[in-house]
Amino acid sequence: MDGVALLTIFILSIFVGFEVVSKVSTVLHTPLMSGANAIHGIVLIGAITVTGSATNPLEINLVGGFVVTDRMLEMFKPKKPVARSDDGGAA
Amino acid sequence: MTPTWVQLANLLAAVLFIFALKGLSSPKSARNGNLLGAAGAVLATAVLFASGIPLSNILLILAAVLIGSAIGWISARKVQMTQMPQLVALFNGVGGGAAALVAVIEYLEVGGENKISLAATVFTVVIGSVSFSGSIITFLKLQELMTSRPVIIPAGKWVTMLVAALTVVGAVWLVISPQVWLLVALLVLSLIFGMLFVLPVGGADVPIVISLLNAFTGLSVAASGYVLNNVLLIIAGTLVGASGTLLTKEMAKAMGRPITSTLFGAFSGTTAGNTSTGGDRPVRSGGPNDVAIMLGFANKVILVPGYGLAVAQAQGTLRELADLLTERGVEVDYAIHPVAGRMPGHMNVLLAEASVPYEQLKEMDDINPEFASTDVVLVVGANDVVNPAARTDKSAPIYGMPILNVDQAQQVVFLKRSMRPGFAGIENEILYDQKTMLLFGDAKDSLNKVVSALKNL
Repeated sequence: MDGVALLTIFILSIFVGFEVVSKVSTVLHTPLMSGANAIHGIVLIGAITVTGSATNPLEINLVGGFVVTDRMLEMFKPKKPVARSDDGGAA
Repeated sequence: MTPTWVQLANLLAAVLFIFALKGLSSPKSARNGNLLGAAGAVLATAVLFASGIPLSNILLILAAVLIGSAIGWISARKVQMTQMPQLVALFNGVGGGAAALVAVIEYLEVGGENKISLAATVFTVVIGSVSFSGSIITFLKLQELMTSRPVIIPAGKWVTMLVAALTVVGAVWLVISPQVWLLVALLVLSLIFGMLFVLPVGGADVPIVISLLNAFTGLSVAASGYVLNNVLLIIAGTLVGASGTLLTKEMAKAMGRPITSTLFGAFSGTTAGNTSTGGDRPVRSGGPNDVAIMLGFANKVILVPGYGLAVAQAQGTLRELADLLTERGVEVDYAIHPVAGRMPGHMNVLLAEASVPYEQLKEMDDINPEFASTDVVLVVGANDVVNPAARTDKSAPIYGMPILNVDQAQQVVFLKRSMRPGFAGIENEILYDQKTMLLFGDAKDSLNKVVSALKNL
């Protein structure tokens, strides 16, 4: 693909990126960061293409990023009417 | 040339990444969005293997991928929520460093024939390396493997500017006349610059730095996509760059000062202002029973958690207190300052982990008008973010920082370890106010005592 086409994609992605991220809930800024970390872990495919060989740390990034984000998002469950066990002993 | 079906699969992966970010607009859709993003990553990786690119030893690579995935999975499961900033810093560093290495290897193989591609290579190497070394220093600071205080190097500002200037000159020179030794020199200079720019940053400014490094890593990945002619990397990197940039802006706004002043360590220079004026001024301290009575008979209570709460691991106890108050018919909300915690949104995650419903977590702009009609504010482990000096005292280092208007409430209770001032090292006038009561002790311990006193009320 020629340089101008790549540049076009880059510029349009900037707009998409700002548009989408500006709507992210403030409550979820930490998952946003860890999710973004996971997404840039896709540089893995670049690394494999270039070296033709193995790249452990990036795989950790990619998988770890998505898993830890999922773990956090799991905690942000919608509220159930006073979800607490009868008499909350000190947890 | 990449086969069409591979390109289409990559396009699909890029769309899935966008859905991942789009999902985060609400906690309800966020989890599914993240799964879509993960699916995109799996798709892109699978397609890469299926596309028949020359690989040295496919079994070895697959084994490495599996081992890496396992390590990633386990560490992501095990990490504590208080350690999220460290993890994010580490991931940032790995991503930036990888992008830089990819660009270096591609340069060694292809050379610098195409000037535009070469410029992208140079950009990737510089930004990726800065992100790598900066993130590693941030990680070391957060993990407390080195001091988390600002490290001031003699004439540091000048050294940093010199290194920055050399880096820029080297980058331009490299594009004009490509030479391997120059690329190596540029790599080293960028690594040094990354360290220099993070070292003078103190603990309270970490949220800004971590966001900025996130943006850098995203941009370097996008540029590496340009170098490799890979559309997916361009899109993914740019999305991350946009996310990091917006978060950086938001954090700087929450600190009430431009990003540049953070990077040159504004906290370090001006702290001397009016510290240690109030040595032995009288304060009103109370016991757990007094606090329990104040809270138990209030109509409306706002809880202000700071990082000290997380350090004391008292999130669960605070939620227990909130539940007890709600049962008594007290209206309870949590006021979250944007820089509470060590990274953007950190406090929200720490409280969500303690099963606090996210509907009760109120942002600063939403909660500030509420303080005037609030009976009691309970501040746990926070200080600078409620200090009115930010509004009034021009000599204070936090002057201009938007704060939670705790001083407008009827009564304020501070749970504090001691009278030691907050990170910025300035006195907090509310502590000496008539309507303020202090309960000294470890946050978790104090909260437990208040909870049991409340149960006996």
